[in-house]
Amino acid sequence: MIAATEQLGTYLESFTEFQKRAAGRDLPWLRELRESAFARFCEVGFPTTHDEDWRFTNVSAIAKTPFELARDAKVSKREVEQFGVDGPGCHLIFVNGRFARELSSIGQLPAGVSVNSLGEELSANSSDVESHLGRYLNIQRDVFSALNTAFAEDGAYVHVRRGVVLTDPIYLLFISTTSDKPVMTHPRNLIVVGDEAQATIVEDYVSIGETPAFSNTATELVAGENAVVSHYMVEREHRQAFNISTLRIQQGRSANVSSHSVLFGGGLVRNNVHPVLAGEGGECLINGLFIGNGRQHLDNYMLVEHASPHCASRQFYNGILDDHAHGVFHGRIIVHKDAQKTDAKQTNRNLLLSDDARIDTKPQLEIYADDVKCTHGATIGQIEENALFYLRSRGIDEIAARKLLLLAFANECLDRMAEGGAREHVEKLIHVHLLQIANSVTRLPGATVGVDAGRNLEEIG
Amino acid sequence: MSTNLDTIRDLAQQEYKWGFITDIEEERIPKGLDEDVIRLISTKKQEPEFMLEWRLRAYRHWAALEKSQAEPKWANVMYPAIDYQNMVYYSAPKQKPRLESLDQLDPEILRTYEKLGIPLQEQKMLAGVAVDAVFDSVSVATTFKGKLAELGIIFCSFSEAVRNHPELVKKYLGSVVPYTDNFFAALNAAVFSDGSFVYVPKGVRCPMELSTYFRINAAETGQFERTLIVADEGASVSYLEGCTAPIRDENQLHAAVVELVALDNSQIKYSTVQNWYPGDKQGKGGIYNFVTKRGKCAGVNSKISWTQVETGSAITWKYPSCILQGDNSVGEFYSVALTNNYQQADTGTKMIHIGKNTRSTIVAKGISAGHGQNTYRGQVKILKGATGARNYTQCDSLLIGDKCGAHTFPYIEVRNSSARMEHEASTSKIGEDQMFYLRQRGLKAEDAVSMIVNGFCKRVFRELPMEFAVEAQKLLSVSLEGSVG
Repeated sequence: MIAATEQLGTYLESFTEFQKRAAGRDLPWLRELRESAFARFCEVGFPTTHDEDWRFTNVSAIAKTPFELARDAKVSKREVEQFGVDGPGCHLIFVNGRFARELSSIGQLPAGVSVNSLGEELSANSSDVESHLGRYLNIQRDVFSALNTAFAEDGAYVHVRRGVVLTDPIYLLFISTTSDKPVMTHPRNLIVVGDEAQATIVEDYVSIGETPAFSNTATELVAGENAVVSHYMVEREHRQAFNISTLRIQQGRSANVSSHSVLFGGGLVRNNVHPVLAGEGGECLINGLFIGNGRQHLDNYMLVEHASPHCASRQFYNGILDDHAHGVFHGRIIVHKDAQKTDAKQTNRNLLLSDDARIDTKPQLEIYADDVKCTHGATIGQIEENALFYLRSRGIDEIAARKLLLLAFANECLDRMAEGGAREHVEKLIHVHLLQIANSVTRLPGATVGVDAGRNLEEIG
Repeated sequence: MSTNLDTIRDLAQQEYKWGFITDIEEERIPKGLDEDVIRLISTKKQEPEFMLEWRLRAYRHWAALEKSQAEPKWANVMYPAIDYQNMVYYSAPKQKPRLESLDQLDPEILRTYEKLGIPLQEQKMLAGVAVDAVFDSVSVATTFKGKLAELGIIFCSFSEAVRNHPELVKKYLGSVVPYTDNFFAALNAAVFSDGSFVYVPKGVRCPMELSTYFRINAAETGQFERTLIVADEGASVSYLEGCTAPIRDENQLHAAVVELVALDNSQIKYSTVQNWYPGDKQGKGGIYNFVTKRGKCAGVNSKISWTQVETGSAITWKYPSCILQGDNSVGEFYSVALTNNYQQADTGTKMIHIGKNTRSTIVAKGISAGHGQNTYRGQVKILKGATGARNYTQCDSLLIGDKCGAHTFPYIEVRNSSARMEHEASTSKIGEDQMFYLRQRGLKAEDAVSMIVNGFCKRVFRELPMEFAVEAQKLLSVSLEGSVG
């Protein structure tokens, strides 16, 4: 708590300035929302490791740095191309949290689909936004959500109306650029998918340059009755970046939502996924893969709330950690009193590739109903020596064998993603990243043992 | 299904069978806690100087904690604030200075034990169990002393150990649970009245199960037990602890500390059956059971095993833990916790892997009925040097009725890449198909429930010593019983 007051002045200054020029400053409801959120932020400050929810993640580095709001920056089309977001579908590019129309291509959308920047939508059609924005995210519980809400101005606004099926994914690419001072951005996305509608959204976080940047993003996703929604979150910023993201899902009756998170960039990353199964018969899949090396800190925080009967939720998280990376899995399932016939499952599997890597996992069940089926499981292990031996005995070299085994492990997550552009995009990124890891793990003592064993065999022969 | 549900409800509403108050003379000191009280306790117990010093240090630490309101609040339990000044910290049955045999024991006390179904005489003959019965803070009977003394095993009350073996007490007291460990450990260290002390010398295998019965008798007396068990190199010992307490309206605080020290190649097995008064159906009264239990596998190849059956107490808050310091040491934790009516339990274990090739197993079974809230909270920590560490955890919860809750909060922290750990947990209610299967074969609903619950806990019961296994099974069916005979 003390840490927050250190830089409170900077935030206060930013907020005063922000309130003067921000989009939608004339809307009383939005002004009030921002002010109450900022007040909440000032009141509680940044969490410390004494907070149960932040036990394994120390955010004092964020609290101590005097972040300023990021300024507009120019990014060329060529620079955007390197990130490989080019599949069919609609592409929204955000530079330093601000919508860049000249770089984006919205393309032809079927009738009943609106895709816009939240800032523009606020000035053009604020009543649609008003009925959803800030209604789901809990600013009392999570201070980063409060901070995001205080500075909520731009981001993506997607509205898919009743019965419309969108086949191509909507890509949201968030680029942070170099600057001379540490900067922060607070992208805020609002995704509303109507009854019986279907959509796929990809949030992708990247950066140009290496200056410390703090992205504090929040997405509110509303899925109507029988809606089918897939959400992808990809974090691949540079190692100086702090990324705190929150995905709040509100599910209606029989809605089917899947959230896929893939984290491999960023220095300190916290990914919050918080679905509330508010309607009967809802289904929710939370699927994640985190791959860390260097000194990365990757924290996955899930809170699945079963608020209605006959809902099912599945959580699967796989983690691969090398070097000094620190992974955290924090999965919590709450089954409310009336949520009978709940079927909830949670699995966290981790591979530790180095002795300095660290994993903390905390799968929790909180159950207040009796007619439920809830399980959770967590495992931590290494690359199986037997499997490695099997592959090597068939003439596959060490690096390739390790890569194969790592890929198989990562594929468990890929297999849960539906076929399509979004999955291909993620798959490509994972393969490139895993190859790097597989190359580096041969430094391991385990690997040298393998080489020695080979030599011994030769000597015997 | 309605009959099944009714039966389950009936089963869950069994009255506490062991409630009664023993009328015996007591020696007690006024309410409240300050340094003078500590000195008084120490004087009454004729303790050497070092004990008094230690108690005072602990008291000062506790007082500082209390002042800064550091009483822990993180557990998933709710209870009104405890007034530590409104309690009596010492009470001992007035008795003759020394007892030579059971015949000299206060007949009232003997009758109490008979009601509890622990006839000392019979046990002496039949079970071959040496019972060090702790009756309200002071040991009143110690049996089989001669036989144990022949082997060099010390099994006595804590105060006796302080007087007769101060060097051992000085060496090991607080070595596993220092008084700075937590709020209740500090309180216990300051005011503990008595407890048991066991020392098994090098290479000795204790020939019988050692057991103690703890009882809380005088109203408003917080009982602060302290147990210390030391197994020297190559020694092995099995210790049993069982409890029942009379019905009272006022909540009683019980803050015990148990320390186990296992040196090279030694083994300690610690079993508990806890059946203190859980409060009535409205959740009034009952014991607050805030216990710190910890064992240290200090030597190589040592092993500590905890087994517990927790059916009593209004609030249970205990985490029997193992510090696996010696290479190849083994820690085990087997637990059944049952909460009924308004009982709350927050229990589990900690396994701290420090040495190489250390292994730990955790099997926890929670049963919630009525308005009971049952929480498993456990930590498995594998430190960097713990190469080849292995952990297996399984915690299952069974829900009976729709007003209870079952929660699982495991903490798994791994810092070594050669560690292998697995954690599994499940929560479910008694399956309708299971009930149907058993009833269809002619079993009464209550028998079916009893059978399913016992099957659910079988893995833990198997770990209990023979004498306890029978008692525990009985206790569980009794706690859940309505019409089951």
